[in-house]
Amino acid sequence: MTLNQQRKLKTILTGLFAWTVALVLFFPIFWMFITSFKTELQAISVPPSLFFEPTLDNFRVVQERSDYIHHAWNSVVTSFGSTIIALIIAIPAAYSMAFFPGKRTKDILLWMLSTKMLPAVGVLVPIYIICRDYGLLDTKTALVIIFTLMNLPIIVWMLFSYFKDLPKEILEAARMDGATPWDEVVKVVLPLSVGAISSTALLSIVLCWNEAFWSLNLTASDAAPLTAMIASYSSPEGLFWAKLSAASTLACAPIVIFGWFCQKQLVQGLTFGAVK
Amino acid sequence: MSYLTITDLQKHYDSYHALRGINLTITEGEFVVFVGPSGCGKSTLLRTIAGLESSTGGNIELDGRDITEVASSKRDLAMVFQSYALYPHMTVADNLSFALRLAKVSDAEIKEKVRSVSASLQLDALLERKPKELSGGQRQRVAIGRAIVRQPKVFLFDEPLSNLDAALRVQMRLELARLHKKLGTTMIYVTHDQVEAMTLADRVVILNAGQIEQVGTPLELYRQPNSRFVAEFIGTPKMNLIPANKIVRHEDNLAIDLLGQQIIFPVNRLKGPLPKSAIVGIRPEHMTLVQEGGDLSGRIELVEHLGSEAYAHLQLSSDQTIIIKAPARTALKDGQVVNIKIDMSEVILFNENDRVISVIPEEV
Ligand SMILES: Nc1ncnc2c1ncn2[C@@H]1O[C@H](COP(=O)(O)OP(=O)(O)O)[C@@H](O)[C@H]1O
Ligand SMILES: [Mg+2]
Repeated sequence: MTLNQQRKLKTILTGLFAWTVALVLFFPIFWMFITSFKTELQAISVPPSLFFEPTLDNFRVVQERSDYIHHAWNSVVTSFGSTIIALIIAIPAAYSMAFFPGKRTKDILLWMLSTKMLPAVGVLVPIYIICRDYGLLDTKTALVIIFTLMNLPIIVWMLFSYFKDLPKEILEAARMDGATPWDEVVKVVLPLSVGAISSTALLSIVLCWNEAFWSLNLTASDAAPLTAMIASYSSPEGLFWAKLSAASTLACAPIVIFGWFCQKQLVQGLTFGAVK
Repeated sequence: MSYLTITDLQKHYDSYHALRGINLTITEGEFVVFVGPSGCGKSTLLRTIAGLESSTGGNIELDGRDITEVASSKRDLAMVFQSYALYPHMTVADNLSFALRLAKVSDAEIKEKVRSVSASLQLDALLERKPKELSGGQRQRVAIGRAIVRQPKVFLFDEPLSNLDAALRVQMRLELARLHKKLGTTMIYVTHDQVEAMTLADRVVILNAGQIEQVGTPLELYRQPNSRFVAEFIGTPKMNLIPANKIVRHEDNLAIDLLGQQIIFPVNRLKGPLPKSAIVGIRPEHMTLVQEGGDLSGRIELVEHLGSEAYAHLQLSSDQTIIIKAPARTALKDGQVVNIKIDMSEVILFNENDRVISVIPEEV
């Protein structure tokens, strides 16, 4: 084989591999989407039917049984709200750790990340009791607080990694130019980090949107976001696959569309390094 | 009148003692160059003056004000970094005006200042570009422009030319010298390149291992180095240093034994007592080739032709070679044995601690 052929083969193989992975990842979503247009009978038929007459019945039923807009609004408020609060806390934290590191900075970062290793169920009871005692059960406030704390370590870590790679001399130049610490952050660090911050925010929003554990345990109806709505279709009268799929499709749709529009930020943010 | 006074300045990085008691006074309008080998603390000293590093002892006074504890942003100093450190998200115009906008200067005044600075640095056509669309030389100009537009008390430069190619470096060096003439502002310039130091400086500060080795005008340092370190650091090719282990006094003269050959040195040029041994320093241009007589003789090992001049490497003994400056179209041949005459008034003696023990006579 010549070098050229080898190179071509390599491209084809990587392409094939990438497509396989993408298809495997995409298949469940595709199946959910298809199923949401089937009748309950078609949904559980074996072998599964690929060709059928699509129906919108499931969507109608879901809309009748649960208030989609209400749950969607809860999802929007909790995921965007907690992301904004987390960013407000994380940006100065990451900034100080990246530009004024102390002896323990690395340890603090690791410790923060280690909190993510604890299974959430381990703190369910204390948090449930705290929420109950403060009257926060089934409130968006509780979810916003929990989501903020849940994502803070990841957000700080991501921003820290980005800030650490910003050339220090640019900030020093600003300092020499008369910039106060506030000016430094607002006029130099933030504009240079738009990409990193938006992709971090996007990640946080997606994580909150898809969060189910706390939503299910801390909310009933008033504050229930879309994940809790989906779950209500797997109980109590047994499983309704088609309706469950319809509910899930409705729950995923906004975030998928949002993600689609933010693609550019996401790629830019994840590839970083646009500074040097 | 002293403008910038540095008194017993210390800097420790944890256990590393980077600045070991720096004392220096700089007068207004001076162009001072800090020079020294890599790692000697030049950048640390400059950054401590800038306030980017905090000192761990001593103090700094600028224009009658103690600025030791003042924040960088309030010191009214401008700095040009080796990496230029332009703001990547701003256009050239915004880079130039950043400091003025922070200082709440009026729009009309900003516009006028940016215009005049960009005109003088030939940046007019680039004002709307982002730094990444500029060449290295252009970035350098913007960095300099950003400093001068503010009219600071002192300019600080940290190896500003070391990222440029050789030709551009020479050109920018000249521009900096012109700029200093035009503005008359105090400048402190850090470099490891002794040629830059010699050509730009009113006064050169030679640093070595966190201490000032010597301060003086370029010519003072060249002719009257205090130590072997300075003698070797300044001048290309380097000063020749030859150990002399036998020194005998004959009335008003010293007979110094240089590897079996003798040179005669006047006693009254000696500082302090008669040494037993010394290191004899002679610059390549203070020796001339002669047909007859002369002070030393040796065998030509190699001749380097530079076009405008030539350097002959002369072997005095098996392990001692010295360099002599020769005329451009010298007919010297490798292996040839030649005699040289030394300009004795320029010879310097160092003791075993590498300190100078002779004086250079005043030039007439
Ligand atoms: N942030 C730092 N932490 C520890 N040591 C440092 C730091 N910055 C500089 N040094 C040390 O201080 C010495 C002087 O550094 P520097 O001033 O940068 O030298 P140069 O003369 O090359 O500019 C060097 O030995 C360097 O290793
Ligand atoms: Mg340096």
